[in-house]
Amino acid sequence: MSWLRRAAIVALISSLALTALWLALHLAGLDATRALAALWDGSFGSAYALTSSTLVRATPLILTGLAVAIAFRAGVWNIGAEGQLLAGAATAAAVGLFATPASGALTVVVALAVGALAGALWAWIAAYLRNRFGVLEVISTIMLNFVALYAVGYLVRGPLQEPTHIYPQSEPLPALAQLPRLIEGSRLHWGFVLAVVAAPVAWWVLRHTAAGFRVRAVGQNPGAARVAGMVDVQRTTMGVFLVSGALAGLAGAIELTGVTFALYENVSPGYGYTAIAVALLAGLDPLGVLATGLLFGALEAGALSMQREAAVPAVVVNVVEALLVLLVLAVAKWRGGSAMLARLAGAGSGAGEDGSTPAGGRGGTGRENVGPGAQPSGDKRVGAAG
Amino acid sequence: MRSPGNAPSALLALEHIAKHFGRVDALVDASLQARPGTVHALLGENGAGKTTLMRIAFGELRPDSGATRVGGKAVQLASPADALARGIGMVHQHFTAVPAMTVAENVALASGTRGRFRPVEARARVAELCEEVGFTLDPDAVAAGLSVGMQQRLEIVKALARGARVLILDEPTAVLAPAEAEDLLAMLRRFASRGNAAVIITHKLHEALSVADDITVLRHGRTTLSTLATGTDAEQLTVAMLGESSDVAVPRRGSAARTADEVVIETHDLVLTDDRGVTRVRGVTLGVRAGEILGVAGVEGAGQHELLRALAGRLKPTAGSLRTPERIGFVPADRHRDALVLDFTLAENVALAGAGAARGRMRWPAIERRTGELLSRYGIVASGVRAPASSLSGGNQQKLVLARELDGAPHALVAENPTRGLDIAATAALQRHLLDARDAGMAIVLYSSDLDEVLALADRLVVMFEGRATEVTLDREAAGRAMLGAA
Repeated sequence: MSWLRRAAIVALISSLALTALWLALHLAGLDATRALAALWDGSFGSAYALTSSTLVRATPLILTGLAVAIAFRAGVWNIGAEGQLLAGAATAAAVGLFATPASGALTVVVALAVGALAGALWAWIAAYLRNRFGVLEVISTIMLNFVALYAVGYLVRGPLQEPTHIYPQSEPLPALAQLPRLIEGSRLHWGFVLAVVAAPVAWWVLRHTAAGFRVRAVGQNPGAARVAGMVDVQRTTMGVFLVSGALAGLAGAIELTGVTFALYENVSPGYGYTAIAVALLAGLDPLGVLATGLLFGALEAGALSMQREAAVPAVVVNVVEALLVLLVLAVAKWRGGSAMLARLAGAGSGAGEDGSTPAGGRGGTGRENVGPGAQPSGDKRVGAAG
Repeated sequence: MRSPGNAPSALLALEHIAKHFGRVDALVDASLQARPGTVHALLGENGAGKTTLMRIAFGELRPDSGATRVGGKAVQLASPADALARGIGMVHQHFTAVPAMTVAENVALASGTRGRFRPVEARARVAELCEEVGFTLDPDAVAAGLSVGMQQRLEIVKALARGARVLILDEPTAVLAPAEAEDLLAMLRRFASRGNAAVIITHKLHEALSVADDITVLRHGRTTLSTLATGTDAEQLTVAMLGESSDVAVPRRGSAARTADEVVIETHDLVLTDDRGVTRVRGVTLGVRAGEILGVAGVEGAGQHELLRALAGRLKPTAGSLRTPERIGFVPADRHRDALVLDFTLAENVALAGAGAARGRMRWPAIERRTGELLSRYGIVASGVRAPASSLSGGNQQKLVLARELDGAPHALVAENPTRGLDIAATAALQRHLLDARDAGMAIVLYSSDLDEVLALADRLVVMFEGRATEVTLDREAAGRAMLGAA
């Protein structure tokens, strides 16, 4: 699907979703027009709304969206961006809190690097379980999300709690551990630049490097990658897990050093889950993630203003987001446009055939054929005959 | 030409069927009559419309025009369920059993058992149906563990359980060893002799001539010949399949003695285990010289699959020694699963070979140029190097795989069933490329489930039986005996 066409489809779907939102609000007896106006005001309505709200919100969504998109492209169903983000946030907080003035301007850089490393490590657990024991990462990464969440809960009531021991949160980070503002007087920080740069870099790596090519090949057909390409499938998926986790961990570290400045349990309003919607809406294309990350950032920023101004619950926006993803999957299935998306949409029909490999058998643990996008095994498939 | 039978007596009659998909006319004017008590062969090249016609007979597709009669009565088959209810069953190339269930459970499931599942009765039913057509099938075996031949029997029993009187089989012998194929064909004869009809889709001439009572030939969606098997010969069938001007050269075996040439692939007491840890190859010692084709034959599951993977450097030995050259091409049996990424472009698929060892950047412009050269050199019909591999016909996909694997003149090539499912023209083209590569000094290992193909191309022949390899003379009978373990 060409770029322009995909953009047109997303635009069409977005306006459909917004129309549906207007109708729903209207039927519920709310002032729908005012709500949508507030949604606009809070997202793009003013320079302040754009920079301090939309772009700030978009930053973690773009980074975690990239984490999910890259993983899904490799057939790695990493649902754990949320946990990896929390791991990154917690370690960045620890680095910031224990930093001494002597470490100087490097402190924030170290905090980000350590946060990314922690995210990668968190993802490594799921990768190891998959490669060694064939544990489905769909399950393990979700479970690790909860482990991360409760670990943060423990940290902010234990080792990292603020000195008065009243609130379940850490002390604010010292200034030297904070990301500098990108625009003075706004909340926009340099993390946004990292996110904007990461997207084209990810695109370029997938498209133009041997490693990225292996990732795409393994995602599309692990059998051919192994047999025809002699690609080490486990090594490739391990690498993808680590990069994906690092991106999500970086998102967490940036959120902490650029936005919240303190660690607490709800440091992420579910960025890692929204990221799945961001990635899917972008057709798993890193450049698309940049656009859909901004779109979702705007929606979430606008939601808050909608709640303030029009008394419409902010969660309504989550319904819109879900609607967007469903529509995109439906379109992908219908058009057969993006193969990976179409397979995701058709997961129900594909997954049931995983076990049907009586003759050939899969390599290793046979693991890489399992997952939402698994292709029907083609053991007996012979070229079109008759 | 004589037309077998007359319409009212046919169990299944398809008359002047036309069917188009988009702008492609799959069928223009196709007719077929399956008489009771006969085995009917439906012959034709790939893309002639054989499978399309049979899917119409099975209610999977609706014809644009033409009539379908079952037992002389005009019907419109709305679905496979409808066809089954009228006594028409079909065994597809890809099987449809539930892998985790036993044979008896699969049969019960297919025959639409309602209410309680009664294992004893289900088992008895399978035994009874097997008895009827004269083969054995363990009712308690789990479908996933069945060999391909046994899975096919299960599919047949499933159709019989629904009371099929017309049994349609799509290329049933393509996946079978010669002995298995003979069993199957004998079984079909027995089925037909009870007043039923079997229709087999095939593109093997000798099969049609030796087994069938009636033969229908399709070419470009038209019935070009409809005759009794006794009233025709291979030449007439070839003309009907390919048209008058067919000049398909059957490759001839080379003759040069090459005992002095370098041994490129060498194994000693090679032991191999498959993905599930089952020992498949038990001590094979062989060598392949530059400039020769080593033919491999064997019945399904004799270990040739694992042996070929190892010789191609794709499977590590469990024990014994294995020496393979650094650059070696591999044409796996299942191109969709193991050779191509269908959603990738042709250039990306060419780049796939060697992807594991690639470093740094992908030079796409250079790769696309090379792909373009391969397309023209191997006569691959494609809309361009950026077309997805899925847009190619099966024959062109296979040519692309071979072109890629031969590119860069590797020292050796291992090919597993490289022409399976291809039509005569594509098969001949592929065989010519293999012979050219051999003549250029490449060491080639070729396995084909079609013994005649191996015999036609190979310079030497080893036969696999239960994990061991025996070298035999290039002789059909000797090879056939060795494949069954009778040395």
